[in-house]
Amino acid sequence: MRPTVRTIASGLLAAFLAAGSSSALAPAAAADPGVSDTEIVLGGTHPFSGPASAYGNIGKGIGAYFDYLNDHGGINGRKIKWIDKDDGYSPPQAVQLVHQLVEQEHVFVVFDTLGTAVNTAIRPYLNQQSVPQLFVATGATTWGKDYKQYPWTIGWQPDYQAESILYAQDVLREHPKAKIGVIYQNDDYGEDMNAGLKKGLGSHQNLIVKMASYETSDPNVSSQIATLKGAGCDTVMIFATPKFAIQSMVAIAQQSWHPLIYLNNVANAIPYMRAVMKAAGPTAANGIITTYYLKDPANHTRYASDAGMKLYNEIMTKYLPSGDKDDGNYLYGISIAYTMADVLRRAGKDLTRKKVMDIASNLTEKDNPWVYPGVVIRTSPTFRFPITQMIMAKWLSTDWSPTGVLADTRALTMAATK
Amino acid sequence: MPVAFAIAIVAVLPWLVPTFVVFDLMFVGSYAIAILGLVILTGMNGQISLGHGAFMALGGYVVAVLAHAAGWPYWASIPIAAVACGAFGLLFGLIALRLAGVYLALATFSLAVATPSFLKHYKSITGGFGGMSLQGVSAPAGIPLDAQRWLYYVIWAVTGLAFLASALLVRGKFGRALRALRDNPIAAVSFGVNPYVYKTLAFGWSAVLAGVAGALFAIPTAYVSPDTFSFALSITLLIGAVLGGIGTFWGALVGGAVIEFLPFVAQQVNAAAPSVVYGVALILVMLFVPNGVVGGVLGLVRRVRSAPPKTT
Repeated sequence: MRPTVRTIASGLLAAFLAAGSSSALAPAAAADPGVSDTEIVLGGTHPFSGPASAYGNIGKGIGAYFDYLNDHGGINGRKIKWIDKDDGYSPPQAVQLVHQLVEQEHVFVVFDTLGTAVNTAIRPYLNQQSVPQLFVATGATTWGKDYKQYPWTIGWQPDYQAESILYAQDVLREHPKAKIGVIYQNDDYGEDMNAGLKKGLGSHQNLIVKMASYETSDPNVSSQIATLKGAGCDTVMIFATPKFAIQSMVAIAQQSWHPLIYLNNVANAIPYMRAVMKAAGPTAANGIITTYYLKDPANHTRYASDAGMKLYNEIMTKYLPSGDKDDGNYLYGISIAYTMADVLRRAGKDLTRKKVMDIASNLTEKDNPWVYPGVVIRTSPTFRFPITQMIMAKWLSTDWSPTGVLADTRALTMAATK
Repeated sequence: MPVAFAIAIVAVLPWLVPTFVVFDLMFVGSYAIAILGLVILTGMNGQISLGHGAFMALGGYVVAVLAHAAGWPYWASIPIAAVACGAFGLLFGLIALRLAGVYLALATFSLAVATPSFLKHYKSITGGFGGMSLQGVSAPAGIPLDAQRWLYYVIWAVTGLAFLASALLVRGKFGRALRALRDNPIAAVSFGVNPYVYKTLAFGWSAVLAGVAGALFAIPTAYVSPDTFSFALSITLLIGAVLGGIGTFWGALVGGAVIEFLPFVAQQVNAAAPSVVYGVALILVMLFVPNGVVGGVLGLVRRVRSAPPKTT
C-alpha cells in the first residue's frame, strides 16, 4: 500500500508544480504595473457562463472596441491588451480571478467587472492594493456614494434609484391618483428600484397598492401579475430583468388588462419589445413608458444616419462578425470602453494609477458616440455618478419615442445619497 | 510515510508558486474538507447529499456574523461554525434517516436551493443580497510571514486537523459500522449495529466538515453573500468527490484541487466556452476512470504490479 500512496503523492506534487510553473516564469512586475512602452494591460471579469451569461457580450463588445482602437494607433502610442475572464457571476470566483489579474497578469487597472455582488466582493482587495476598479457594470448607489471608504472604485451607468425616482415623478405629475402595482426581482436590484420609487413618491407612498416579487428561479410571473390585477392596480412598475419583464408584459396582455406600464431600462431593448408583440399582439406594447441613456442599436430608423451608430456597425462587422448587432449589450461594452480609453488618453504618456483615478473622478466627456444624444459623462472628486441623464420614452407601435427633454437626476442623486 | 510526504508538499508549496496560486490553494483546502465530508457520508455510508453547499453557507455565515455582530476574530469562530453545522447536520440527519437514495438526494438538494432565499430574507442578520465583507487577515506580530502565506498555513493546518480527526474517527468501530450499513444493512443490524445512531452521526460529522470548509472558504474571500453559496456549489462538491475518487481520503484532496483548478484550465483551453470544456472533461473522466482520479491511479498501479493489494 505504501509505495502506491507515495506514487499518488509524487503525482500530486508534479501536478501542483505544473500548475504553478507557467506563471512562475511570468516577468517581474515593472515599476508601473501593466504599462510598458508599447502596451497598457487592462483586466476584467464577465459572466461568460452561468445564469447571467447574456451579459458576457458586454465583455466581448469591450474587446472589439479595443481591437478597433489598436488598429487605429492605440492610445498615445501604446496598444491596449484586454484580459477578460469568466467569473460565472460568482463572487468567490471573481475574487480569485482578480487576484490572478493583479498578481499574475499585472494589470494596470481592473475595468468593467459586472454585477453588484461580484464588485462588492473584489472592492476591498483592489482598494487595499491601490488598483483602480473603474466603471463597474452595476447601478447600485454604493459605487458613487462610498468613495471616501473606497477611493479606487467608481461606477458608470445611472444608478438604479435615480431611474425609479424618475418614474415616481412622472406618476405624480401625470397620474396623481394612480394605484401603483410593482413587480420586482427579489434581489439587490429590485430592492434599489423599490427604494428609489419610494423616495420619489415621498409623502405619496400610499399610491403603492401592491408589491409582488419573483425569484430568478421562478418559471414565470403570471400569478404575480394576476395578484396586481386583483388588487385593483391601474399602473404597473416592472422592475425586472429581460426574461421576466417580457413575461410580465405578455401576461398583462393575456389577462386582458390595460394598466399604464413603466418598464425599467435593463429590459427595454427593442428585440425584447418585438418578442412581446410577437406573443401578445402588435398593439400590446403601446403606451409603455421607459428611460434611456444609450442609443439602441436595434432602432434602425432613428439612427440610420447617426455617425456613432455607423461606427458601431463598422466595429461589429469587422471585429465581432458573429455578434448580433441588435444586442444592446455589445453597444454598452463599446460605449464604456470608449470612456475607459478616453480616460487613458487624457492621462497622457506618463501613466500612473493615481493619475488615472484622478481623471476618472474629475471627468467631463461630451463626445461619447453611443450615449443618448446630449448625455454628458461627468464626475467630480465628490460626485462620482458618471451618467445621471436619462430620457423618458413611450412605445409607439414599432419604436421608443422620446417624450420631453433629457432629465438630469444629478440633484436627486446628490440628495438621495446624503 | 505518504502522509509525511503530503505534509512536506503542503509546507513548501507556497514558496514555489506565485502568490495568486497560494491564494487559490487555500480554496483547495476548503473544498477538500467539504469533499471529505462527502467521502465519509456517500462513499463510506452510501447516503447521497446534494446539499453540502448549504452547510458550507452556514459555516461561512457563522464566521461573518460573529465578526460583524460580536467582533470575533476569524480563528475563534471556526470551531463555532463546526458546532453549529454539526448540530444542524444531526437534526437533518434525523430526517435523512427516513429517506434513502434518490429521495434523500432530493431532500438535501431542496436545502441547497432554499439557502440563498433564506439568506436574502433575514437581511438584518445576514446582510441580505449585498452580503457581508470580512476583515482581511494578517499574520500576528512576531511571525515573519506575509498575510497570504500565513493564512495559507492556517487553512492547511485546519485541513490537516480535519483529515486527522476524520481518520481517527473512521479507523475503528465507527468506520466499520458505516461500511457495513452501506454494504448490507440487514446483516449489519443483525450484528448489533444501530443504523439510526450511525447514519445520523455520519450526517452530523459530514456537516461539521462542511461547516469548517465554509468558514475556511469565507475567510480568504473576505466576503459572503447568497451568491457565494449557490445551489451549484453543492453539485460542484459532489463532482469533486466523484472526480477525485469517492472511496478514499486522498480522493477528497485531489477532488478539491480538481474543482478549484478545472474552471481555470477550461478557460485556458477555450475562453469562449469554458463550460463545454468542463463538461467534456467530466464525461471523459467518467468514461475512462469511473472510480475517480485516485481510484484510477490505484487501479493502474495495481495492474502494473499485477498483484492484489492488501485491503485497508
